[in-house]
Formats: sequence, C-alpha cells, structure tokens
Amino acid sequence: MSAEEKTLTARNLRVEFGLPGGRVARAVDGVDLDVAPGEIVALAGESGCGKTTLARTLLGLERATGGTVAFDGVPLRYSTRALKAYRRQVQLVLQDPTGALNPRHTVYDAVAEGLRIHKIHDDEPGRVAEALSLAGLRPPEQFFLAYPHELSGGQRQRVVIAGALVLQPSLLVADEPVASLDASVRGEILSLLLRLKEEQGLGALVITHDLGLAWSIADRIAIMYLGRIVEQGPVERVLTAPRHPYTRALVSVLPAAPAVKAAVAEPIVLAGELPDASRIPGGCRFRPRCQEVASGNAASVLHQCTGEDLKVLGPEAKPHLVACHLDRNLHEGARMAG
Amino acid sequence: MLLEFKDLRVAYRGSRGRLPAVRGVDLTVDAGGTMGIAGESGCGKSTLAMAVLRLLPKSAEVSGEILLDGEDLLQMGWGRLRAVRWTGASIVFQGAMHSLNAVQRIGRQIAEPILVHEATTTPAAAARRAEALLERVGLPAARARSYPHELSGGQRQRVMIAMALACDPDLVIADEATTALDVMVQAQVLQLISSLVTERGVGLMMISHDLSVLSAVCDRAAVMYAGRIVEQGPAHEVFADARHPYSAALSAAFPVIGDPAARMNPGGLAGDPPDPVRLPEGCSFRPRCAVAVDRCGGESPELLAVPVRGSAGGAAEAPRVSACFVAQEGMPVVR
Repeated sequence: MSAEEKTLTARNLRVEFGLPGGRVARAVDGVDLDVAPGEIVALAGESGCGKTTLARTLLGLERATGGTVAFDGVPLRYSTRALKAYRRQVQLVLQDPTGALNPRHTVYDAVAEGLRIHKIHDDEPGRVAEALSLAGLRPPEQFFLAYPHELSGGQRQRVVIAGALVLQPSLLVADEPVASLDASVRGEILSLLLRLKEEQGLGALVITHDLGLAWSIADRIAIMYLGRIVEQGPVERVLTAPRHPYTRALVSVLPAAPAVKAAVAEPIVLAGELPDASRIPGGCRFRPRCQEVASGNAASVLHQCTGEDLKVLGPEAKPHLVACHLDRNLHEGARMAG
Repeated sequence: MLLEFKDLRVAYRGSRGRLPAVRGVDLTVDAGGTMGIAGESGCGKSTLAMAVLRLLPKSAEVSGEILLDGEDLLQMGWGRLRAVRWTGASIVFQGAMHSLNAVQRIGRQIAEPILVHEATTTPAAAARRAEALLERVGLPAARARSYPHELSGGQRQRVMIAMALACDPDLVIADEATTALDVMVQAQVLQLISSLVTERGVGLMMISHDLSVLSAVCDRAAVMYAGRIVEQGPAHEVFADARHPYSAALSAAFPVIGDPAARMNPGGLAGDPPDPVRLPEGCSFRPRCAVAVDRCGGESPELLAVPVRGSAGGAAEAPRVSACFVAQEGMPVVR
C-alpha cells in the first residue's frame, strides 16, 4: 500500500451551524488536511477551536457546508451504505472509555459489535481475540467475559481501541484518547497507538489539547485556532521552533527542554479566551489576542493583520506552514536579504 | 507553621471491609508557603484535602492530628469548625460547574460566606466585596449578575477562586483546580493563583496528578502512592530529578517538549495501583517498580533523607526525602 492510497483528505472544508437569531457559527472555516496510513497526525487546539467538529466531519457524522472530504481519492458520500463501508476503513475512538462502553455488555460483545453491524460472521471469536491481543489485552480469552466495571481505566480504553481494530481499519480518528486517563496509564495507551502504527501501518488523527501528547507520538501536528489551521508541519519543527504567535504562546506555557526555552524565552500568557465562532474577527482571526500586535512588533504589517484574511494553509505534508502576516513578511525579508 | 498533619490515617468502611486511603501522613505547610501533592486517582490525595475541612463521608475513620495554626481540626466542635471553614481554610474543587449553584447569580454566591461569617457586614457591603473579588480574579464586576451557565469553564474556575478568597483565609486548598481547563486558560488560572498567594500571603495546598503544574506554582511538592507520601522536596527538583521511581514515572507521563528521550517514546508505568485491601508485602510500589532490589519485597521503606547529587544550593537546600531503598543508597531510580 503506497502512502498516496488510503489517505484521508480534507480540502477547504467548512462546517457552519445556524444559531438562534440568524447568526452563523463557522466552526470549521477552511481546513486542508491529509492523514495517510502509517502516519500519526495530531490536531491540537483549545476547546471551541473546532477540532472535534472537524473530526466528526471527517467521519461523516457532520455534513460539510463547503469543501470536500475524500478517502482513497473518493469523495465521501452520505448514504447509509456508503458511510458504513467508509467507517470500516476509518474508525472513531472516543474520549471517555467508561461512557463509550455499555456497562451490561461483556468485553467480547463490545468488541464483536462492529463485526455484527458489518455482518462479518466468519470466525467471530478469532477476530475478537486478535483485536484484543493487538490492543494489548493478552491472553484475550481471559477478557471475553469481563464487564467494563471489572477493568481498569487503561484496560477499558484498550477495549474501545480493540472495538475499532476488529474491522481492520486503515485509519483511526481518536478524540482526546487519553484525556480521561490517569497519568501512568496515558503512556501505555500512547505506546499502543505508536506500536499499531509501526507494526500494522495504521494511521491516526489524534485530536488533543495536549502538545506533550503530540511530542510523544505524532509525526505531524496541525495547530487549530478558531476554525482554521494556523500552523502545521513536522512535530520537531513546529514544537521546537514554533513560528505562529499562537503556537509560540502555547509552547511557552508548558514545561520545555532548555533548547526550546531559548526559542521562546518568557511564558506568554494570552489574555482572554477563544472568541465565539459566530464572531470571527476580520483580517487575521488571532489579531485581537496576538502578543506581537499588542507589543507593536507587528506594526509594519498591522494593516494586513486588521484587513486581510490569511490563505488556507496548503495540504502539503512535508513543509512547515504558518498563517501569519508577520511571519510571512519576516521570511520574505530573510529570503531577499539572503 | 500554618498546617501540620501528624500521622494522619483515614480508612473507609465499606462492603469489602476497611479500605485504608491515607496510611500515616506527616506533612507541614508554612504560613504563606505553597505545597503541591501529586499522585494518581485513588492514592489518597483528595482524602487528605477533604480531611482538612472535615468534609469526609461518615464512613471514614480518621486518626492522627491535623493542626491548623496549632489547633487540632479533628478535635474541634462543630461551631468552631464552621468558623474555621472559609475564614481559616477554604477549598477550590475541580468541577466548578458542580460546585456552583446553577440557579443563583454568582455575586450572591460569593457574598454568602461573607454574610454568614461576618455578622456586622451588610448585604450591600458584601455585594460590593463580591464585585471587588471578581475584579481581582480578572472578571468584570458586572459578571456578579451572571448565572454559572453563562460563564466559560475558565471563568467559573475564577469564580471558585474568588469565593475561596471571600473571607480572607490563611490557607487555600486547590483540588485539581485547573485539571479540566485548556492549556492557555490553565496558564491564566495558575498565574492568578500564584499572584494571589504572593500578594495575600495565603498558604496553598495544591493537589494535582500533573507534577509539571505543581512545579510551576509550588515551592515544595509531595508525591503520594497508595496512601503514603513516597517523596518530598522542592517542587522543581521532584519534577525534574525524581528520587523515587514512582515520581519519575509521573513526571515522564507529561513529557517535556524538546526532550529527545521523550520523542516517539511515551513514558508510562505498567500495571495498576495496588488494591488497598491487599497491599503487597514490603514496598507497595514494588510490583510496578523497574529498579526494585531484594530488600524491597520484605521491608516497607521509611521516608528518609536521600543524598542529593551535586546540587548548586549546597547545605542551604531544603532536605529531600524518599521512601525508596534504591534512592536512599544514592542509586538512580530510572533505568
């Protein structure tokens, strides 16, 4: 399977919700994103930035208002049959394993549910056992008859992941897969995702507000702010040499290694909170909270920051892309000088 | 000394018999000092916090002493205890949505403890103080007229902090006060807590599963495992240079960005915390420990001073203690 095949792509994706009073919330406001098999992409941002809506739209749980979602080059269709076939390939892993599992279903039933929905009847016990052992629950037979309350939090999340793996998908979309787990259990679930990538070539889009998670397992990261991706690229570059003022602020408030601390010296605590998605500021959407605008560093490009919306960042996987007028100006300046 | 735990023990009576939650904790918080308590769910850290204000359920059996300004909270009559709650010590809980009254304006909720505890204060004066407190925690005074559902998670947590400060307590306990918040909002709230602690000289006992959060705010940190303190020392040192294998695993769970050792290598700890009814022989961490030696299976390690490797502070450094035979020998606790 080449990397171009079985890739999940979003192009200029937009999702709008009507609100009472005729206002419109632009939850996802122009996103290009690729997730290939064998690749873990972290989608990071604050609550309300649209990351969960984006994930739901990629899974066909929400209809896009504009733009396209495609898998393996085929645009997503919304008939029940087409969605069912699609979700064999792209599986969702939910945040809270306790809520995702039916307390009255055994582990076996929970994992076999996907097979039954997809009418895969051959060798059900064998498939369930394989999924459980891939998820690290070994020997699998020992877990068949267990109920969720008899398992630890980490084991429950493994059961949820086994339920996704049983259909042999090419991609997982995991929404905050470790947010509800204890510190020591986090590591084992993240190691599992990493091992599935390495051994099974399984790709994943991991939605998180936790940049440390991205550092632990992701190849690429996309930073989302108010419906747009504002910076994306390889994790090493985006997190150790962040260029967008928002990413720089996020990285600055986390504990970081000395080399990174040198890149972003002082903690930058942004004032205020994410604006409402129905009131996205004109020009650069980050401008009202931008520390570069506030400090006057961006004075030379301020007319652009206030008046000119930024282009949707391209889908190219490799380079480090930034949606910031000041950054573009600095880079163009550096190119001309060099 | 503001707060002192002396051999505190708490056990819950349940259908499975007595479940020991806190098994002999000795800990002090100085006036104006900041102490962080770290550990996983079930390690006893929240029980410790609740014990201070005697908020434990009836099924809890408590022994030992908890001295607040020298006075034993466990021996206080209800009248005295009521006076101490809010004015002596107050608590900020994790889920602000569930701790606030959904059908009362927040200004009134902040004013309530003031009116209860200060008989001479008029409702109008209490309302003005509530507004001043809201401004101090970074919210507009007009927010006093809002209901909790009209605020964001970060704003509600600020309201909880304003309430905790309403009666000028000497001690504030924050139990996972920033856990559910986003990175940037968490940074804002932590900055607020730090500045309030400095400016008002209140003592802070901050409970979190995230050692990096504690090291950002607290001077000292204690790590709890299975109802006991297993390590204590200056917070940044416990976080950056753990002297107990459990603290090391907790730190590794939240990787330092830019650390090559953590890249594509999620830290973690296999296994689960022990069943409080069937604690393992010897050191209770031994079944999950990567550096255990023979001695760990037979004896339970005491919390003792550990040698500090070439730290610049020298003799003036606060002592570091660890309940780990390996660390007490001066050996590394991480493989």
